Amino acid sequence: MKSAVITFPGSNCDRDMHVALNKFGFKNQMVWHNDNELPKSDLVVLPGGFSYGDYLRCGSMASKSKIMQSVIKFAKSGGLVMGICNGFQILVESGLVPGVLLRNKYLEFICKNVFVKIDNKDNPYFKNLDKEVFEFHIAHNEGNYFCTNDQLKEIEDNNQVAIYYCNDNGKTEEKFNPNGSLKNIAGIFNKKKNVLGMMPHPERMIDKSLSGEDGSLFFKNLINNIK
Amino acid sequence: MKVSAIITLKKDVLDPQGKVIHQTLDGMGFKDVNEVRQGKYFEIDVRENDPKKAQKIVEDMCDKLLANLVIENYKIIEIQ
Repeated sequence: MKSAVITFPGSNCDRDMHVALNKFGFKNQMVWHNDNELPKSDLVVLPGGFSYGDYLRCGSMASKSKIMQSVIKFAKSGGLVMGICNGFQILVESGLVPGVLLRNKYLEFICKNVFVKIDNKDNPYFKNLDKEVFEFHIAHNEGNYFCTNDQLKEIEDNNQVAIYYCNDNGKTEEKFNPNGSLKNIAGIFNKKKNVLGMMPHPERMIDKSLSGEDGSLFFKNLINNIK
Repeated sequence: MKVSAIITLKKDVLDPQGKVIHQTLDGMGFKDVNEVRQGKYFEIDVRENDPKKAQKIVEDMCDKLLANLVIENYKIIEIQ
């Protein structure tokens, strides 16, 4: 299985993602933001970081970069595109998933482990996972998901919420919401569920001795789903 | 022509920075503040001498990049 990770100026989780994808069997290729063409890929990842220094709005400049034209085309033709953290911000700015990511409610940069609950497994990312609650790492200043009431209705009607912030038992209450996001939303799909944007970093949870292995479960399952 | 545009958060969008500024002003003794909303201001020098065309160009920029219309409104406030 082939994957591509896009490096924007200011991306800083691109190499972690490269290591994670290769560890679980992908043949990953790094792609520079100024390239025109995507290599043939089964999965394209927009990594975390601070693309273009977060100028104007997080992800806004990166969403207009050259390679994004190809990424948008790939996504619209049904290709799997996953955006993590800043990658999620780039996805909302490019219009591939609905909504926006605002500054965290309490104006803090949040860097900690959180629990997230997978709501819907009827998609190529979470299909066949045998648990619902995962421990992932978050590190962001703008993860406060927001959308209009009309968008929210559409998102909920189409089961587009990918993951919710919760506690270790999967309770999705407001007190387990780290950043003020609407309805505890931590990740969103597009309508067809081939595009996934999420704030948590599964690539930081792939080694038992360093962190945890919930990311390993995610990536192992993902590559099996794509095969 | 120089076109000035301001971008503000829509009414129902939470503005945590505005809130903190409000609290700080309050702490400094400015007690008569109802609300503070923070926005952005752009001055764009466009190679176009017709004011209407210059405005159109900057409006297009606002639609496509400078503002995110899910949460923000924009207004051209000056053309000179």
